[in-house]
Amino acid sequence: MLRLTKKDISLLVVVIVLTMLAPFLLNPFPSDSGLAQFNAGYPDLMQKFVIFGIFAIGFNILFGLTGYLSFGHAAFLGVGSYAAVWMYKLVSYNVLPAVVLAVIVAGLFSVLIGYVSLRRSGIYFSILTLAFAQMSFALAYSVLSNPSFNLTNGETGLQVYANDPQIFHGDHLPNFPHLFGLSMGSTYKMAAGAWEFQFNVAYYFCAIFMILAFYLSMRLVRSPFGLILRAVKTNQTRLNYTGLNTRPYTLAAFVISGMYAGLAGGLLAATDPLAGAERMQWTASGEVVLMTILGGVGTLIGPILGAGFIKYLENIFSKINDNVLHQWFSFMPDGIEDLMVMIIHPFVGKGWHLTLGLMFMLVVTFLPGGLVEGGQRIKTWWANRKSSDKAGKPASTPAE
Amino acid sequence: MDAILLQILNGLDKGSAYALIALGLTLIFGTLGVVNFAHGALFMIGAFCAVTLQKVLTLSTISIDPEKKDFLGQPLKVETPYVHNWFGEATGSSIIEWSVPLAILFAIPVMMAVGYAMERGLIRHFYNRPHADQILVTFGLAIVLQEIVKYFFGANPIQTPAPDTVSGSIDIGLMFGFAENAIIYPIWRLVYFAFAFAIIGAVFAFLRFTTFGMVIRAGMSDRETVGLLGINIDKRFTFMFGIAAAVAGLAGVMYGPINPPNYHMGMDFLVLSFVVVVVGGMGSLPGAVLAGFLLGILESIASTAWATTMIPGINQIIIYLVAIIVLLTRPRGLMGRKGVMEE
Amino acid sequence: MGILEVQGVNKAFGGLKALSDVNLNVEENTIHAIIGPNGAGKSTLLNCFIGKLIPDTGSVVFNGTSLLGIKPHEINQLGVSRVFQTPEIFSDLSVFENVMIPCFAKRDGAFKLNALSRVLGQRDVREKAEQMLVDVNMADKRDMIASSLSRGDKRRLEMAMCLAQDPKLLLLDEPTAGMARADTNNTIDLLHEIKSKRDITMAIIEHDMHVVFSLAQKISVLAQGTVIVEDMPENIKGHPKVQEAYLGTPAEG
Repeated sequence: MLRLTKKDISLLVVVIVLTMLAPFLLNPFPSDSGLAQFNAGYPDLMQKFVIFGIFAIGFNILFGLTGYLSFGHAAFLGVGSYAAVWMYKLVSYNVLPAVVLAVIVAGLFSVLIGYVSLRRSGIYFSILTLAFAQMSFALAYSVLSNPSFNLTNGETGLQVYANDPQIFHGDHLPNFPHLFGLSMGSTYKMAAGAWEFQFNVAYYFCAIFMILAFYLSMRLVRSPFGLILRAVKTNQTRLNYTGLNTRPYTLAAFVISGMYAGLAGGLLAATDPLAGAERMQWTASGEVVLMTILGGVGTLIGPILGAGFIKYLENIFSKINDNVLHQWFSFMPDGIEDLMVMIIHPFVGKGWHLTLGLMFMLVVTFLPGGLVEGGQRIKTWWANRKSSDKAGKPASTPAE
Repeated sequence: MDAILLQILNGLDKGSAYALIALGLTLIFGTLGVVNFAHGALFMIGAFCAVTLQKVLTLSTISIDPEKKDFLGQPLKVETPYVHNWFGEATGSSIIEWSVPLAILFAIPVMMAVGYAMERGLIRHFYNRPHADQILVTFGLAIVLQEIVKYFFGANPIQTPAPDTVSGSIDIGLMFGFAENAIIYPIWRLVYFAFAFAIIGAVFAFLRFTTFGMVIRAGMSDRETVGLLGINIDKRFTFMFGIAAAVAGLAGVMYGPINPPNYHMGMDFLVLSFVVVVVGGMGSLPGAVLAGFLLGILESIASTAWATTMIPGINQIIIYLVAIIVLLTRPRGLMGRKGVMEE
Repeated sequence: MGILEVQGVNKAFGGLKALSDVNLNVEENTIHAIIGPNGAGKSTLLNCFIGKLIPDTGSVVFNGTSLLGIKPHEINQLGVSRVFQTPEIFSDLSVFENVMIPCFAKRDGAFKLNALSRVLGQRDVREKAEQMLVDVNMADKRDMIASSLSRGDKRRLEMAMCLAQDPKLLLLDEPTAGMARADTNNTIDLLHEIKSKRDITMAIIEHDMHVVFSLAQKISVLAQGTVIVEDMPENIKGHPKVQEAYLGTPAEG
């Protein structure tokens, strides 16, 4: 029915179940226990998981399939956010038109940037996209924010003001992004024993988009188009001498992934009606690259895993301060406790970026295939171990 | 006319910094074939060499002067830098005052060592990996270096003033026969330009006139063949990496008095230096230098009131616009060679 | 009237004249070999056929269409395929996927955004790709990753990829370069077999005289950038001009 193979359908089902049950699954520790700080089952964080999941899935369509490393994808996310907030300002707080506009605007913007950047490949392409993204950042941060023409509201960020037209806004509608009246901010809290589970409208709204985005990327990877994109990565010379024109293929991939980024940007604005230039900075572009490689470049599920992993760690690491550390190591003798806190201190709290940078280097160096490859390695190792236990000799690795 | 000359002069200091960073980037790319996203961090580390030296020189003993009181009526604490005690007050304070130029001596071995460690410890393992991996790992390294500096020196810019004798301004206009006060220019910026010029000259002379430089140049055009001659090219390339790091570091040391160093100055300069390299032509050293100065000057011209009233904010995006136009019309850059980084 | 007509082609690199006034006529449905000593301009000439180089003057006409100034993929879509000296294949993809791609290119043209149809559902393409693999005796290696193939198999795969497009003209750039004798003979047999099964014109650039004389129906000898002789194989052997080109001295007697 979904025109997928059995294996793909089961993967899709797993993703659907995981995202739908996330409020339970990410909330394993009772709210009053000391471990509750490791819970991730609250709306803010879960929204980030799925939104950056979409961003990374889209990025993977470009980088994972064609091998073109864009260092400027955050620009499309930022543009999507701006477009969505403008829709709020002019029309109404309804998220659906806002998200649609975000995707369209990001798509158009990526046609423009892709057309120029894709004239070059390799490093040139990376640098060009980086330059474009920095230019967009400068445009959003200051250039397009002057009294006569204020498109982005500069440093403050674009937001909805009381005197904005909002032509379809009614009194009965919430003063917050909503889906036909259902506020994105509303959360149903369910208490079950020592646990409290939170079901947030915006999370489920974004989660549905992520599932759709995932399904679409699956279809794309399994299509002739996806096959040819993979061929682009392997051998462009042969592709050209096979009668295929690489440029439109790469441009299409670029625009599709730009639209994914725009969707993510629009959804960010759906959870919080604010758009700022810092979303477009090149460190943000670097982050999505890391999510994709950490999860597994070119794999289906990898980008989602990577996005979740990074956002979760970011959240946890930023929360940990010296007090928390002292608590953790309180079982140790005083001197050693202080030493442990001193060693870990630079990496947590404000030091999250240091950890991120280190992780970047370690993953690229030792695990270029990301978590998915890591998982496969462990699986093979386990299988080998087991079979060698049985047969008393190492089994040959099955062909991929 | 004097206005244009002033803007050209204003562009020289940034242009010099771009040129020096781009020169190092090109050397590394040309010899090792690696795109170094951590090169901006080297510039930043250089600037913090000056900060460190300044801190070391101003390390002080604290003594209490019972004669004087501070504004709370407490006995005044007097800080006396060690160098005052060692060399006497006059010599001591001029040593502190000249800490930025002195930092050059300090920075050269430090930067060479950093460059050496970077190449041997990390980048060497990435020669045979795809360019994307090289970009990503050096990007990670850049973040790490930047965060380490932030951890030790904080997030705020730190003043590293130029020595008094060269910190004022002079009226350059008079020298060129313009009216008085038409072109007032800070002396340090002239110093910076002269310094950059000297370094660029030294690097080019080194490549041109020494055997070592010849091997490097040969390696840049055909690495394998030079390897076949039995010359140990790898060791020389490591040294080259050290030199490139030192060039970026020195550019950073001397840039402190123009813009107080902060931990993210490297990233800010890196992106623009990449654009400079691309505009100049990947792998072309003269191209990198030329494009560095050209874009620096263009940026400063675009910052004039005349340009910003015509197109608001043009100063922020001019470099990128030029880069795009150059790449669309001359895909290999201004002085790029055929066959470098082509499909 | 030939399928590939080359007239008055000149090409210079700086001061070096690589091709001077080359005339060549490849007849339809033949195997035409282009031979010549090293540096005679064979590769330059081939690159002029496929859009990689544009001659300074002269014309290259394929089946009534000029090939000058159009892009490699457009030339391919006209019906010209090329086998490279070192096989150019999609080494990260499976053998079967490698062959499917040219089938898609043949069916859908230079670009088609069929992002929502399934590779698994393309029966016509899959059947054709299977057939191609059978034709080059590689059906058993269908699911291997192309990079793990032996050199000879890579060559076969590349051949299958080219044939999958039903080209009118197949250009082969030293198809047996670096091969052992047995592999070379296999390649010769394979080319004969291909030729016997379909209407196809082949233009071969080759060093190995054994290959040339076992395959070619007509031979052009290139020396110092120009065609010195164009004739049947039996007339090429012992032709004084050819000997002079190869040996550097006029033949005796």
